[in-house]
Amino acid sequence: MEESDESIATLIAAHRQGPGALLPVLHAIQDEIGYIPADSVKEIAKALNLSSAEVHGVITFYHYFRSEPSASPRVEICCAESCQSMGSEKLLAHAKSVCDVHPVYCLGLCAASPAAMIDGKPYARLTPDKFDRILEKIAS
Amino acid sequence: MSAVIYVPVDSAALALGADEVASAIVEEAAKRNIPVKLVRNGSRGMFWLEPMVEVQTTEGRMAYGPVSAGDVQGLFDTGFEHGGRHDLCLGLTEELYYLEKQERLTFARVGITDPLSLDDYLGHEGYSGLKNAIAFPSQRIVEEVTESGLRGRGGAAFPTGIKWNTVLNARADQKYVVCNADEGDSGTFADRMLMEGDPYALIEGMTIAALAVGATQGYIYVRSEYPHAIATLNRAIPIARNAGYLGHDILGSGKQFDLEVRKAAGAYVCGEETAMLESLEGRRGIVRAKPPLPALSGLFGKPTAINNVISLATVPVILARGAQFYRDYGMGRSRGTLPFQLAGNIRQGGLIEKAFGVTLREILYDFGGGSASGRPIKAVQVGGPLGSYLPESQWDIAMDYEEYSAIWAVLGHGGIVVHDDMADLARLARYAMDFCAIESCGKCTPCRIGSVRGVEVMDKIIADQERAKQVALLHDLCETMLNGSMCAMGGMTPYPVLSALKHFPRDFGMDDAGDRHA
Ligand SMILES: Cc1cc2nc3c(=O)[nH]c(=O)nc-3n(C[C@H](O)[C@H](O)[C@H](O)COP(=O)(O)O)c2cc1C
Ligand code: SF4
Ligand code: FES
Repeated sequence: MEESDESIATLIAAHRQGPGALLPVLHAIQDEIGYIPADSVKEIAKALNLSSAEVHGVITFYHYFRSEPSASPRVEICCAESCQSMGSEKLLAHAKSVCDVHPVYCLGLCAASPAAMIDGKPYARLTPDKFDRILEKIAS
Repeated sequence: MSAVIYVPVDSAALALGADEVASAIVEEAAKRNIPVKLVRNGSRGMFWLEPMVEVQTTEGRMAYGPVSAGDVQGLFDTGFEHGGRHDLCLGLTEELYYLEKQERLTFARVGITDPLSLDDYLGHEGYSGLKNAIAFPSQRIVEEVTESGLRGRGGAAFPTGIKWNTVLNARADQKYVVCNADEGDSGTFADRMLMEGDPYALIEGMTIAALAVGATQGYIYVRSEYPHAIATLNRAIPIARNAGYLGHDILGSGKQFDLEVRKAAGAYVCGEETAMLESLEGRRGIVRAKPPLPALSGLFGKPTAINNVISLATVPVILARGAQFYRDYGMGRSRGTLPFQLAGNIRQGGLIEKAFGVTLREILYDFGGGSASGRPIKAVQVGGPLGSYLPESQWDIAMDYEEYSAIWAVLGHGGIVVHDDMADLARLARYAMDFCAIESCGKCTPCRIGSVRGVEVMDKIIADQERAKQVALLHDLCETMLNGSMCAMGGMTPYPVLSALKHFPRDFGMDDAGDRHA
């Protein structure tokens, strides 16, 4: 934990300048550590002159921020209309049977639906088969 | 001389294996001792053909697609690097129907240039708009944009020049230009393609906006789902700055403007402009009451011009060619072009930039080639998740802001999502309510509570519990949301719901007259 304490302090210091710094600070921490540890909230609040409740409120408002590490790989499957029209429900059900899945609403890959983001990498025109092959490749 | 080969870096192309194709080309060329110059361009926007590889020939660029890494050997066997005839050869890119029949003004360079090459940008009319603008007084730039007829492409279609005029006339020590790149509407990807494929167009448009309104700082608020767009902008901005197109002394004029990219965090409502301002200021994305208008009191309380990516990226061509050139496209009060985004259950999905006035039927069949499944198209949602579903009887209406509003539909950001006859519009209506419940900022009751109630009512309708009564309830609920919501999130969720009910009553278990179906 010590190491991450130190890096959180560095990240806060690097992004606290400038107006409206809270989202950039939270992004920097999540990009680096993978999530925003609960015990960093106080430190962030102090550095930005906010209350812990305010910082907590922001973290919980936004779907993107998380307070706990994500499963690996992180699988996000688009559940919005275009992907629905091309079978995302089947894909979602299949994916849920093999791993942790986070629903997202549009990845901007709609002309090649259904789409997903796995560990930050985009995939399109997916089928359950193709999905399995991608996971196998990531695991190997 | 090296063969010049183009492989897109657009994230939809990457999602279909473009990086693997690019590596295979480099490897195979090295093996065969063929000198190759690989260019990573934006996408031409024909996604059923992605990854679409192009090669430079004496007659123009020759297209091949969809290419997979496994095809690369065979392509070299036929000498594709000089335009050889392989099974995947599509002919000259410029002659492909899908592109030939478009009017690409905003997307003129996308897919053609290397997105990060400033030389490419300058070689394709880039920065000629800014060069004109910099010689004009602010008022003249505003007039030019007003005259062009450009209306906001983010959804609300408000005249851009009029908005800028308000910001220009506001007195303040600091003003801002904010680009709304939250592109939350499902079925849309024009902002993404533009930012990934021609970032300087957005940067130039924002710089012109800044000169017009007197702003010195700009922010681009990009959704977190677009890591590639964010990376591209973050590389392009310093290149533009180093070349004197941003910073303290733009093109030696003594005028100042700089830009920063801000990453959003996955809340749809933050695409609403005042929620976006809250987010940029470091708070939860809760919609602000209007007035005050953001144009007068926006970011950090200062006058702020907020515009969508496409609105801003269209400004350079208007300043380069003049207002008249732009307004010659289109019809009625819808001037210029709209980059339509065709998606869903469609054979040939992609980006189609057309002058206003084209019909949905032309888009669906002439461009789209019908459904992907081969089944009849049943319903088409136009204008994002808050847009109406259109039945076939409405597909011949001209795509124009006013014509659409007359049939209780919207063009919005230009998204078109196609559903075949397997779609159940009652389930899609339920989804619309559910999406609103998930994404509501919570500020007003009709949206926050109404959407949750809407899901319950839809569940009962789908389960055939007191259907007629629930449908009446659904109407009441929608009426309350329409009239009592503070923003279009709650205020427009009734569009997909009621249009689905009106045009596809059988999916709700009602007969065509709206009575309970036996
Ligand atoms: C719920 C909601 C979501 C919105 N999302 C977006 C968006 O993602 N991108 C966008 O440009 N405008 C969006 N808008 C519209 C903006 O509030 C605003 O009208 C627009 O950014 C102004 O720019 P324009 O005049 O260039 O269109 C949204 C509006 C609402 C109510
Ligand atoms: S309509 Fe919904 S999203 Fe808009 S202000 Fe009200 S609660 Fe927030
Ligand atoms: S709707 Fe799924 S990627 Fe856009």
